[in-house]
Amino acid sequence: MRFDFIASYVSAFTGPWWKFLYDFSLLTTPVHEWLNGSVSPFWTTVIEMVVVGVVFLLFYAVVGLFLVYAERKVCAFIQNRLGPNRIGPYGIFQTIADLVKLLFKEIIPIKNADSLLFNIAPYIVIIVNFMALAAIPYANGLHAIDFNIGIFYILAVSSMSVVGVLLAGWSSNSKYSLIGAMRSGAQIVSYELSIGLALITIVILSGTMQLSEIVEAQRTGWFIFKGHIPAIIAFIIYVISSTAEINRGPFDMAEAESELTAGYHTEYSGIKFAFFYLAEYINMFIVASIAATMFLGGWMPFHIGNLEGFNMVMDFIPPFIWYIGKTFFIIWIIMLFKWTFPRLRIDQLLTLEWKYLLPINLVNILVMSFLVLKGWHF
Amino acid sequence: MSNEWLVLFFILGAIFVGLVPVFSGIVAPKSFNPQKNDPYECGVPTEGITWLQFNVGYYLFAILFLIFDVETVLVFPWAVVMKEVGMTAFVEIVIFFFILGLGLLYAWKKHALIWE
Repeated sequence: MRFDFIASYVSAFTGPWWKFLYDFSLLTTPVHEWLNGSVSPFWTTVIEMVVVGVVFLLFYAVVGLFLVYAERKVCAFIQNRLGPNRIGPYGIFQTIADLVKLLFKEIIPIKNADSLLFNIAPYIVIIVNFMALAAIPYANGLHAIDFNIGIFYILAVSSMSVVGVLLAGWSSNSKYSLIGAMRSGAQIVSYELSIGLALITIVILSGTMQLSEIVEAQRTGWFIFKGHIPAIIAFIIYVISSTAEINRGPFDMAEAESELTAGYHTEYSGIKFAFFYLAEYINMFIVASIAATMFLGGWMPFHIGNLEGFNMVMDFIPPFIWYIGKTFFIIWIIMLFKWTFPRLRIDQLLTLEWKYLLPINLVNILVMSFLVLKGWHF
Repeated sequence: MSNEWLVLFFILGAIFVGLVPVFSGIVAPKSFNPQKNDPYECGVPTEGITWLQFNVGYYLFAILFLIFDVETVLVFPWAVVMKEVGMTAFVEIVIFFFILGLGLLYAWKKHALIWE
C-alpha cells in the first residue's frame, strides 16, 4: 500500500483540516484517487459501494429513529405532556428500545392472505425510499448520484410507493386494510399532481432539473425570495400536498385510527410493521428535503445583499448544517400540522385538491412563466 | 458518481428488507394457535369475503389523475426550455392550459369531482 494519499491530503488542505466540511470533494477525491492508485478499478468500485452503502444504511436508520422520537416529543409538547423520558437522557433511546422490541416479535402469517404480494409490499416501499435518498444533494460535494433530471427522477420514484401501499392493503385479506389502501391510493394519486405542478413552477425559474445546478442557482438568493409571489404560493401548495402525499395528518385518511385500526398495515406484525412505519418517516424526510432544495436553497447559506459581516458569519456555518436545519424546519411544520388540525373527510380532501389546489396551480404556472419571460424575477 | 450507482441503492433496500426479517425469525419466539392467523376484525371471526367491491369513485379519480399526470410529464421538458424559447413557449402553454382547463371544467360541471 502506498501512503501518498496523506501528501495529497496535506496539499488539498492548505487551510485547517475541517475545510472538507465546506466542500466534501476535498475528502472524496483524494480517497478515490488513492484507491484507484492502489487497487484495480473493479475493487475501487466495490470498496466505494460498500462504504457508501453502509453510510446510507446508517443514515436511513438514524434519521428514521430520530424522526419517530421527534414526532413523539412534538406531540407531547402540544398536548402538554412530557413524552418519552425514561430511556437515556430525555428518552432519546426510546425508539431504539422500540425497534429492538419489534425485532423480537413473531412475524405472523395471515390466513388466506396473498402471501407473495404480502411479502413484496415492504420491499417496494423501502427500495423506493433508498432510491429517492440517492439523488438528494446533502452538502457541497456530498451527492450520491447527480442526475440531469434529478427532480423529475425523485418525483417519479417516490410516487411508486403508492404501489407498495396498494399491494399491502389488497393482499392482507382484511377489510380494514383494503379500505385504507383504496383511500390512500386515491389521495396519493390526487396530490401527486399538485406536487408536480408546484415543482414545475420552480423548474421554470431555474431552467434546469439537475439538483446540483438548482442549488447553485440559489447562491444569489433562495428561489422562494427570487420568484416573487408565485414561488411563495408554490411553496405553500407544495407543503400542503406533500403532507397529503405522505399520508400524514390532517390527511391521514388511510390510517384513520378511529375508523380503520391502522389502515393498510393492520395485518403486518413485528419488524415488517416497523418497515412501513420507518418508510413513512423517511418519506417525510424526503419531501422535506425536496422542499428545502427547491425553495429554500438546499445547502446554500442565507445571504443578505451587501451585509458583508453577516454573510461571512452565515458562510462559516457548514453547508450540511444548513441543509439539515432547513429540512428539519419543514419536518417540524409538517408535524405541527398533524397535531393541530382535525382530520379531513375524504370528500373534503378531494375537493381541496381538485377544486382549489389544481386550478390555483395552473394559473400560478402561467404567472410564473410570464414573470420569467419579462425578466421580473430577481 | 455515475448513474449506474442506482443499482447499489436498489440492492441496499432489498438487503435491508430481506435480511432483517431473517434475523427476526431466528431470535423471535414462535407459538401456534389457530385463531392467531386470522385477519383482524375487532376480535371476532371474519364475516364474508374480504375482497369486496369498492366505490367506483376511486376509479373516476384514477382516470382524472391519469390525464393530468401525463400533462405534468409533458410540461416538465417545456419548463426547462421556457427561458430560452421565450414568447412562443408562453403562448403555447397558454393554449395548452386553456384546453386542459376546459377538460377540468367539463369534469367539474359533470359533478365528477364530487365524492359520493
